[in-house]
Amino acid sequence: MTTTTGQTTAPEVETTLDPSATPSARPGRRRGDDLAAWLFLAPYLLLFGVFVLLPIVLGVWISLHSWDFTLPGKPWVGIQNYRDLFTPGSVTFDPFWNSMQATGIFTLFSVPLLIVVPLVVALVMNQKFPGRNLFRAVYFAPYVLGVAVVGVLWRYLLDANIGAVNAYLGRLGLPADTTWLSSLPEAWIAMVLVTVWWTLGFNAVIYLAGLQDIPKELYEAAKVDGATPWSQFRYVTLPGLRPVTMFVTLTTIIASANMFGQAFIMTNGAPARETRTAIFYIAETGLQDFQMGEAAAASWILTVALMLLALVVFGVFRARGSVES
Amino acid sequence: MPSNPFTSPTSALSRRGFLAVTAGSLLVAGCGSGPGSQSQGVGGFSGKPYNGPKLELAYWNGFTGGDGPAMQALVKKFVGSHDKIQIKNNTIQWTDFYQRLPAATKAGKGPDVGAMHLDQLATNAARSVIVPLDDLAEALDLSESDFAPSVWGPGIYKDKRYGIPLDVHTIAMYYNKDHFEKAGISDAPTDAASLDDACKKLQAAGIKYPFWMPNQWPAHLMFLSLLWQFGGQPYAEDGSEATYDDAAGEKALSWMREQVDKGYSPKAVDIDSQYAAFKNGKNSITWDGIWQINDLEAAGTNYGIATLPVIGDELAAWANSHNFFMTKQAADETNRANAAKTFIGWMSDQSSAWSKAGMIPARNSARKEGAFTGSVQHGILDQVDHLHFLPPVPGLGDVQPKTLEVAVNTAVLGKQSPEASLSKAANNATELMKQNQQKFGA
Repeated sequence: MTTTTGQTTAPEVETTLDPSATPSARPGRRRGDDLAAWLFLAPYLLLFGVFVLLPIVLGVWISLHSWDFTLPGKPWVGIQNYRDLFTPGSVTFDPFWNSMQATGIFTLFSVPLLIVVPLVVALVMNQKFPGRNLFRAVYFAPYVLGVAVVGVLWRYLLDANIGAVNAYLGRLGLPADTTWLSSLPEAWIAMVLVTVWWTLGFNAVIYLAGLQDIPKELYEAAKVDGATPWSQFRYVTLPGLRPVTMFVTLTTIIASANMFGQAFIMTNGAPARETRTAIFYIAETGLQDFQMGEAAAASWILTVALMLLALVVFGVFRARGSVES
Repeated sequence: MPSNPFTSPTSALSRRGFLAVTAGSLLVAGCGSGPGSQSQGVGGFSGKPYNGPKLELAYWNGFTGGDGPAMQALVKKFVGSHDKIQIKNNTIQWTDFYQRLPAATKAGKGPDVGAMHLDQLATNAARSVIVPLDDLAEALDLSESDFAPSVWGPGIYKDKRYGIPLDVHTIAMYYNKDHFEKAGISDAPTDAASLDDACKKLQAAGIKYPFWMPNQWPAHLMFLSLLWQFGGQPYAEDGSEATYDDAAGEKALSWMREQVDKGYSPKAVDIDSQYAAFKNGKNSITWDGIWQINDLEAAGTNYGIATLPVIGDELAAWANSHNFFMTKQAADETNRANAAKTFIGWMSDQSSAWSKAGMIPARNSARKEGAFTGSVQHGILDQVDHLHFLPPVPGLGDVQPKTLEVAVNTAVLGKQSPEASLSKAANNATELMKQNQQKFGA
C-alpha cells in the first residue's frame, strides 16, 4: 500500500526525482486526483446515498415515532419503541428477543458448517478426476433455486406424517416419526441442513477461486522440504485462503442472520413462535401490522448487533494474520 | 413521560434536530395521508344503474383458489350487461392483498372497488382505506333481515356501514365416504360421543390416525367454533379485551388436545398436512373451510360434508364473509363512485351464482335458489343459523396470529396446558388491543 514505485503521473516522477520534496508539495496534485476519484465514485455514491444512507437515516427517524403510514397521525414517541424492546415483560419484549435468539441459534449452527463443508467440497472439486465439471455443477445447482422453491420442496419432503424423508428412514429401520418441522431442536436441524444444502455451492465456488489463486510454487517448495499433504494444507492452503475465508465468514454470517424464507415457508415459526427469526419478526411487524416505528427500532438493534459481530470477526482474522506474518 | 414529548422541551428539541437532518426524506414519507373518510352519502347514489360517461373501474380481490373462475364469470357477465363500465380485475393472494391495499390506496394506485373479508373491514375503515356505503344499502333497500344472521352487524364500524356481504363461509366437517363405509359408519357424527365412536371404529377398520388435529391453520378456527359452542366469547364487543381464557376456552382447547392424547391424531401435524392427507385418503375426518369444496371435487376424493358436531352445549361455528367495499379513491369522484356502487349492487344480487365458488350466499332469498340448493355446501345449511363472526375491531387481525394462534399451537402440540397458554395469550392480546384502541382512536 505504501510503495510509490510504478506511479506514472508527471508530478509523481518529479517528487521521486527530487529528494528534497516535502509532503507539503502534494496537496495541489491531490485535489485533482480527488476530483477524479469522486467523479468515478459518483454513480455508486448516488445509489448508495439514495438506497442505503437515506433509508438508514429515515429508519432512525421512523423508529422514534409510532409510525403507521396508513394513519394520519404518527405521534413522536422518542425512544419508547427501543425502551419497549428492552423492557422485560412488555408485549414486544418476548417476541422480539425470542426472534433474536432464533436468529442467533440459526447463525451459530449454520455458519461453521457453511465455512467448513464448502471448503471440503472445494478441495475435492480442485482435484483432477473424470466428471469433475459435472460434480461442480451438481454442488452448485441448488444455489440457483429461490428460497420459495427450496422451502416448499423441503417442507413436503420433511413432513412428519406424509413426508418422503420419514418414509425412507422408516424403510431403513430408523425412527420414522421425527417431527422435523414442529419440534425443537429438530426444526433447527432441518433448517440448518437445508440451508447448507442450498447455499454451500456458492461458498464452495468462492473457495475454489481462492484455491486456484495459491501459487503452485508454494506447494512445490513445500514438497521439496518434505511436507506431508496435511502440512501442505495447514501451512500453504489455509494461510493462502485467509482473505477468502474472511470474506466467506462475513457474508455467511450476514446471510444467516438475515434468514427468513426458510422459517417462513417450512415452519411458519412453529412450534409456537420459536423458529421465528429477527427478520421474520421485523417483516411481520412492519409490513403486515404496519407498525413501522417498532419494526425500524428492531431493525436498528439487529443492525448494531451485526456490526459488533462483524468487528469481532475482523478482530479475530487480524489477530491471526499478525501472528502468522 | 417520554410517551408525551409535546410537553417536554428536551424531546421537542431533539425532534427539531431530526427535522433538520431528515427534512428531505420527510417530504417523501409525509405525503399521502389526508383527512378521514367523508360523509355517508358520497356521490348521491340513487340506486339506478350508472349512466354517465364510459369509465374503467379497478377491481381487486383475493379469489385465487377454486372461487377464482366463478368470480371471473360474474365479472364477465357484469361487463356484458353494462356498456358504460369496464372492469380491470386484479386478483392477489389474500395475505398480500391486505398488505398491498393500504399502500396502493394511499399512493392513489389502488382499486375503486374490491372484495375483502368481513373481519378486515373495521381495520381498513380505521385506516381510511375504504369509505362508508350506507347510501348504497339504503338505495338498494338492504337491511339486516335480508341476510344470514349476524353477518350484517360486523360490517358496521363507528355507526357507518363499510361492506355489502356477498357470502358467508364457515368451516365444516369433511369425511371420507370410503373409510366410513369400510368402518361400518352410516351417519356423519353429530356430537362428541358419536365422533369418538366413529374414530374408534375407523381405527378398528385399519385407519391408524382417523382425525388429524392441526396446530396451525385452521386450528384457531376450530378453537373459536368450539369456544362459541361452549358458550364463550373470544373478544369484548368494544375491542377492549380478549376473553377466551375462561372455562369455555379451556374446555374447547382441552378437547382438541384430547384427540391427540386418545391417539386419533398424530402428535404433531405440520402446516396443511391434515388437509393434504385427507385429500389423499390418509385420514378420515377433517374440519376445514367450505372453500375447499372445489379443490376436493377436482382431486376426486370421495368425501362427504356435514355440519360441525356439537362438542359443547350447542351448535356454533366460526364464520367469515366476503364483503364488497369502495375506496376513498373512487369516492372522490362522483361518476366513479356511482359506477362503483352500481357494480357492488349488481354483484351482491348475484349471491346465488356465487355458490359455484363453494360459498354460501349471504342473502336469504339467494339461499332458496337452485344454484345453491343444488350445491355441495347446501348440505350444511343448518349451520347457517349458528354462525359467529369476529367483532368489528380495528387491528384485531394483527393481534390474533401473535396471541390466540400461538396458544392453540402450543396447547395442541402439548407444550403447555390449555389453561396456561390461553391465559398468557389473552393477557397479551388484551394489552395489544388496548394499544390498538389508542392507535385507532376508538
